[in-house]
Amino acid sequence: MCLAMPAQITKLLESERALVNLGGIQKEISTALLEHVTEGDYVILHVGYALTRLDEQEAQKTLGLFAEMMQGAATT
Amino acid sequence: MKYIEEFRNADYAKTLAKAIAQQAHPGKHYRLMEFCGGHTHTIHRYGLPSLLPGNVEMIHGPGCPVCVLPIARIDKAIALATMPDVILCSYGDMLRVPGSGQQSLLQAKARGADVRMVYSVDDALTIAEQNPNKEVVFFAIGFETTTPPTAYVIKQAEKLHLTNFSVFCNHVLTPVAMDSLLQMQNVTTHPSSRACEGSPKRSGDPSQARDDVREAGSVNLDGFVGPAHVSIVIGSQAYETVSQKYNKPIVIAGFEPLDVLHSILMLIEQINDNRCCVEIQYTRAVTREGNLRSQMLMAEVLELRSSFEWRGLGFIPHSALQIKSAFANFDAEKRFNLPETAGVEHKQCDCGAILRGQKKPSDCKLFAKVCTPENPLGSCMVSSEGACAAVYAYGRAGAHA
Amino acid sequence: MSETKTLESTRIKRIIGPKLNIKQGCIDLSHGSGGRASAQLIEQLFFAAFDNEWLAQKNDQACFSIKAGRMVMTTDAHVISPLFFPGGDIGSLAVNGTINDIAMSGAKPLHLSASFILEEGFPLSDLQKIATSMATAARAANVAIITGDTKVVERGKGDGVFITTTGIGVVADGIMISGDKARPGDKVLVSGYVGDHGVAIMSLRNNLRFSTTIESDTAALHDLVSHMINAAPSLHCLRDPTRGGIATSLNEWALQSQVGFIIDECKIPIRTEVASACELLGLDAMYVANEGKLLAICAPEESDSLLTVMRAHPQGLNAAIIGEVVHDPRCFVQLQTSTGGMRMMDWLAGEQLPRIC
Repeated sequence: MCLAMPAQITKLLESERALVNLGGIQKEISTALLEHVTEGDYVILHVGYALTRLDEQEAQKTLGLFAEMMQGAATT
Repeated sequence: MKYIEEFRNADYAKTLAKAIAQQAHPGKHYRLMEFCGGHTHTIHRYGLPSLLPGNVEMIHGPGCPVCVLPIARIDKAIALATMPDVILCSYGDMLRVPGSGQQSLLQAKARGADVRMVYSVDDALTIAEQNPNKEVVFFAIGFETTTPPTAYVIKQAEKLHLTNFSVFCNHVLTPVAMDSLLQMQNVTTHPSSRACEGSPKRSGDPSQARDDVREAGSVNLDGFVGPAHVSIVIGSQAYETVSQKYNKPIVIAGFEPLDVLHSILMLIEQINDNRCCVEIQYTRAVTREGNLRSQMLMAEVLELRSSFEWRGLGFIPHSALQIKSAFANFDAEKRFNLPETAGVEHKQCDCGAILRGQKKPSDCKLFAKVCTPENPLGSCMVSSEGACAAVYAYGRAGAHA
Repeated sequence: MSETKTLESTRIKRIIGPKLNIKQGCIDLSHGSGGRASAQLIEQLFFAAFDNEWLAQKNDQACFSIKAGRMVMTTDAHVISPLFFPGGDIGSLAVNGTINDIAMSGAKPLHLSASFILEEGFPLSDLQKIATSMATAARAANVAIITGDTKVVERGKGDGVFITTTGIGVVADGIMISGDKARPGDKVLVSGYVGDHGVAIMSLRNNLRFSTTIESDTAALHDLVSHMINAAPSLHCLRDPTRGGIATSLNEWALQSQVGFIIDECKIPIRTEVASACELLGLDAMYVANEGKLLAICAPEESDSLLTVMRAHPQGLNAAIIGEVVHDPRCFVQLQTSTGGMRMMDWLAGEQLPRIC
């Protein structure tokens, strides 16, 4: 029920705001809901607010799992 | 688009679909509810039903804040918009929802009301700052994902000493709604309590939902695909009580099609193993604790309503939020005299049963005949993530409605 | 097209009076009254920009010879807002859009008319920009704006300017391109990236506030079409997917030809930025407007050669075969999604609004 997507922080601005890049689109958003965020982090964006940092390691783990499953299926 | 496209990979989708088909026991029928309307949209937009085996059925849940908002609340929003010197700011989703008399905010705008679409609640604040002689009201809707920005902006409005900004708060809660849904499952068919034939369905009637359930019979759900972004805010622990109480596994799924397929696989594995717990598939964004800052903000500015009406589910206690009295200046319900209306639903509309997962859109007599996205008679057709709208737009070709 | 004659500017000055103050002036009700002020506006702004032998005659109508073949006529009203956007304006949009409507029948566009409804207070400098833009687009397409009209409405009763353009063209005998000619087995092609125009417009809406380098793709496609017809004489259907995007054009064709479509989402060319903007706003790119693209349907044996010819043309560099026509009495347009599932790509229900859910 909540359209949200990952975007990368390209520049931190004052007053808990930041610029993000989503596939070439630039947008100014609020980081007020996050404790700590740095340039280069990926965040999940909803209605102009970053809800959380995206854990890139976990993302790679999940994708790795899919790759493993595909390999496993190919060899059976 | 990083971290989006990788999770739409067709080869991985095939692999996951194959694994689901292998894990699903041929003799068993798996009834899984995706609670969140966004997941309903993902499922249909990517044609996922065509990838699932016939004995894995996705049942659409009530997690569509547009769909569950009662007509009476929409009427109040329209009343606000038509008040002199009021600017009503709303997310795009709500603009086309008809209230009583089939009038929507968009139609009120066409007749001269100052209704402005905003992408973020911040924009409503900016409009208030730029229009000191107008009253700016923000029409707040959404589950827990959308609530923290509303809470934050109310605090900002206080910091800025704004005297012309308020919020019409309709934020609703997820785990309570899940509990209510599962509670209704436990109600059995009782002939003596059938609803009167031919009487119009009234929203605002707490017994109506119970009667509908009795008529339709109970629905058996085997597990939940849990909401992605609500869970970022409230954490997976928020579901543990309801999971244990009703012995239903819940897997918190990411938003992309591979996430949903993966979660379905995880649910099937739990069901097969007779396990029942809350698992996180969306590990890249969801933690057990959630976003504490957001939770604190919400607790500071908002409090539980004793009861709130959900379209199709009736009155559910402690299922929605209102603005605390400390911030009463920013509460549109306290600032304005809003009319009490009793929205009347079309008597043949099955949205209630559909929202509860008891019926499919194609079971409704009105679906795709009289009730269409151009002429929505019920809430499930109005929002693009409503079960009926999603099936109408995406699913009419296959036998997956 | 015959040679243009330049205006005799000194003679005009004597007739009409002092020069228009284009830099600071604006439209007032006298410009629509038919008197000297109207004539001044038409001469010094419109004729100066469009500048051709027909307008130089200063008649209320334009006379031209009919070429051999069948005549094609189309008309379009343009009421867009904002008037100016990255890649174009209401003027270039009007000219290219009407030329394209003519071209989609396989016809060669010949002449255009342009009628303006101007709002009192509209800046002359903006109007000149629009007229110049129209002239540039028309000249690039080798099509003249040969007649027109100007009216003025009171402040508040217009949106700056509304433009209606009518186009005339001629289609050679033997060319039968029409929306009811799609047949099961035919291939569907698109001439390039989808969604550019709609996203460029949306990026200007204050309440959406995102920045992008995407520009409108407004362009005249008649030259591309003439190359395509030479390569694929069996070309069955052509359409430019403007409002409502490619999904709408395909659904229109499905009904006209009583067929179904199966489209492969992975084959549809779309810029990453456009896809991202659609993600951000919760929009479906299949329904987003294009102003310089076409969809084509041809017999399967000609699809590869047609694609080659399109890709060799500046307006078709990113052309692709995106699907095929199938037998379907329900006339459904279906999409094979990027994830491998199958779903409908239905008619657009109302205007697509950005969503948060």
